[in-house]
Amino acid sequence: MSEQNTLEYAATAPAFGRLHLWGKLLWPALALAILLAIDGICIRGFFSVSIVQGRLTGTLVDIFRYGAPVTVLSVGMTFVLATGGVDLSVGAIMALAGAIAAKAAMPASLNGMGMSPGAGIAIALLVSVLAGMWNGMSVAWLGMQPIVATLVLMVAGRGIARLCIGAANVPLSGTIWTALHNPHLTLPTAPIIVLVVAIIAGLLTRATSIGLFIEALGGNPVASRYAGVRVGLITFMVYVFCGLCAGIAGIISSADVMIANASSTGMYMELDAILAVVIGGTALTGGRFSLIGSLIGALLIQTLQTTLIYKVPIQQTLVIKAIVVLAVCLLQSAEFRRKSVAVCARIGLSRTRKAAAQVAS
Amino acid sequence: MADTPLLHLQKVRKVFPGVLALDEVDFSARRGEIHAIMGENGAGKSTLIKVLTGAYPRDGGRMLLDGAEISPRSPQEAQRLGISTVYQEVNLIPSLSVAENIFLGRQPTRWGRIDWRKIRRCSQAALERLDLSIDVGRQLSSYSIAIQQMVAIARAIDISARLLILDEPTSSLDANEVQRLFAVMRKLRDEGMAIIFVSHFLDQIYAVTDRITVLRNGRLIGEYPTAQLSRQDLIARMMGRELADLDVQLQQEKSGDEASRDQRLFPSPGTPGEGQGGGRVPAPAPSPALPRSTGGGSKKPSSTFSDTQSILQARGLGRTGSIQPFDLQISAGEVIGLAGLLGSGRSEMARLLFGIDVADSGDIEIGGRKLIFRHPRQAIALGLAFCPEDRKTSGIIPELSIRENIVLALQARGGLFKSLSRSRQDEIATGYIKALGIVTPSAEQSIANLSGGNQQKAILARWLAADPRLLILDEPTRGIDVGAKAEIQKLVLSLCRQGTAIVFISSELEEVVRVSDRVLVLRDRALVGQLRGAAISEQAIMQTIAQDRPAEVAQ
Repeated sequence: MSEQNTLEYAATAPAFGRLHLWGKLLWPALALAILLAIDGICIRGFFSVSIVQGRLTGTLVDIFRYGAPVTVLSVGMTFVLATGGVDLSVGAIMALAGAIAAKAAMPASLNGMGMSPGAGIAIALLVSVLAGMWNGMSVAWLGMQPIVATLVLMVAGRGIARLCIGAANVPLSGTIWTALHNPHLTLPTAPIIVLVVAIIAGLLTRATSIGLFIEALGGNPVASRYAGVRVGLITFMVYVFCGLCAGIAGIISSADVMIANASSTGMYMELDAILAVVIGGTALTGGRFSLIGSLIGALLIQTLQTTLIYKVPIQQTLVIKAIVVLAVCLLQSAEFRRKSVAVCARIGLSRTRKAAAQVAS
Repeated sequence: MADTPLLHLQKVRKVFPGVLALDEVDFSARRGEIHAIMGENGAGKSTLIKVLTGAYPRDGGRMLLDGAEISPRSPQEAQRLGISTVYQEVNLIPSLSVAENIFLGRQPTRWGRIDWRKIRRCSQAALERLDLSIDVGRQLSSYSIAIQQMVAIARAIDISARLLILDEPTSSLDANEVQRLFAVMRKLRDEGMAIIFVSHFLDQIYAVTDRITVLRNGRLIGEYPTAQLSRQDLIARMMGRELADLDVQLQQEKSGDEASRDQRLFPSPGTPGEGQGGGRVPAPAPSPALPRSTGGGSKKPSSTFSDTQSILQARGLGRTGSIQPFDLQISAGEVIGLAGLLGSGRSEMARLLFGIDVADSGDIEIGGRKLIFRHPRQAIALGLAFCPEDRKTSGIIPELSIRENIVLALQARGGLFKSLSRSRQDEIATGYIKALGIVTPSAEQSIANLSGGNQQKAILARWLAADPRLLILDEPTRGIDVGAKAEIQKLVLSLCRQGTAIVFISSELEEVVRVSDRVLVLRDRALVGQLRGAAISEQAIMQTIAQDRPAEVAQ
């Protein structure tokens, strides 16, 4: 009897888990599929991918490539949102990372530090981690509200970047930057970096108990503390990782244009990243997170961006983007789905009644 | 009064995924009558109330108010129809004034501006209807919970006054306040209002209600006039079995007779707990015995634990404004009851012992070390566990599954990078679900879907999996039904048989007396007395509380 129960359970448990996961991923995945289908119909050669001069090219490749910064940001942001926090400083940290890398690599004659570009990038990432530590410390141990704590760096980060390299564009050079920008490989570098970061993040959270702790903390911080979860440490770590992701995004983004710019790099990117995570099914209030959902969300945003660039006059893009995002969010809302089904049913019912009345008369 | 009941439910059904919560339940509330809804956890009481108030849509059946069919789709709509509810937790806004709370969302206006004078006057009148005269201009939070509850009732009946539902209104009131509430209820009843009263306190049900409807497993068992239903019958109908057996069993368990107690608690010997570091796993197979059961015969009698093996010793432990310094020594296998009125410092003592609050005097000696806990993690590392009083705000993690909730403490103790394999987690979770009789279709269900008693069991499972040396239970049976209560009491006794020390906090003296080897009595945030062994009785505890000076009553 009991053995039978166990067997039954073993059969149902994973199915339950999968069902749950798909329930959350279904709507963003569906929205992405619809968007891609529309693109496939409207934009000629949207899905065609070819190798030009030994490099993979095509619209899809562009989406992966130019979507890399927002994707890597959304990976870090997922965990922050899952703890019930938010990190507004990631865009500024992107700019800071680019600026630090550029400054470190500039020759001393130009007020730089004359390091190798590689060392410059390493220092930039280190500074990003420090920025994340600052955020983490403010939230985890100084008891500041996440939105306020990270707002400080959102403003200050860009300011420091400006102090480093001024308002001008600073060109980047060196093999490592070229490799990031325009690799001699068949595949573009940026998406590969993003993939590696995402896999590491997935392993770090799901193969250890860190993921569980993050979700527990986001779900009920008091109960988590009572259960012995290191609430402060987890909060701290989450912001540090988010800072690192922002640094990586900043480097990728600067390599895209081979320029460091304190003003334009990462502008408004924090909002896109938050949007990607929310579209992916992680609630702003914290709790359950879905890394795959965030990746889908980021891809959705980038696909949309690309579509808009192809098809829509530049002055309309923001409005249309907002409309699509609203549609996706409405799709995700169970409340909205329930109500719209009810409305449809009522319309259907009144039509049937009318038809019945006509038949009767 | 009238022949047609005010509210009549016919064959109401409510289905949740995998659960038939209400199975064709009939229910009627008559004018001028106080009607109790009774049932164990998961019997469908809360669901029925939520269907009544429109919080849940019903899946079948009819609902008639004054003979007309209604289908409220929200509590607001139900309220407009005349069905008002006052919940266990007061659903008002503490930072607003009493008057503002009573008129919130329906402020009378004059020339487009809020008519404050009218608000004051009307809210005073509404409260006077309950024989309550307080300053309605004062902030709500400056009044006691009892007054806040009255304000909630005043608001409810001022909005619409045909059917009033009181869901566990007495759980945070003291005896006088309860009497006062009852007086108000009787007055409203005599004015012709229909009142539905939900409570776990049998005494209160018998003191105030006229009629009782009993539910079990989502089905209607019957409707009885209170005067014609004896307590035994009521309990038997709620549980579907005879309570008398259970009672005798518990009594015997407490009064020694080790061998037979073992047999009762562990009907067939379970396999000895395996696995040393990663938390013990319940014996998967035959008996419904407890997870950590080592076979019945091989058990040492509990006397070897007590007195010899001190688990924890607190000396002069205290915290200003929380609890005065106290001494406490806890031995293995001992059940220590904490008794005292609400606010006497019982929970505060537990919070100090577990490191939730940091002591500012004294120290704790544990495992040969002297320290004070600055963080629950420290206490957990040394083998303490704590089931908090309020499982909703500080026990469960609602987003997570039952499995994740159960393994949380064990995982947290293992550190960040160590993770139990999924199959191991499943094993632990299903083992405890079975051993503690948690009613759920699967360990992957969200814990928020469980009823209160089952949530409590899941939190208990969380700590049992971590294999504590000292388990602090703060009101483990609050808000749960008789059957689950007895199960938890039984669990406490069987744990101490295995050498776990237990600190048991409860507002119900009868329960404290039943399970404790030693009772600490608290009053006004200080330890005022101790009772041991045969000296423990409800009478003695109440006397100790009433006494002027601290007393030590030895055996």
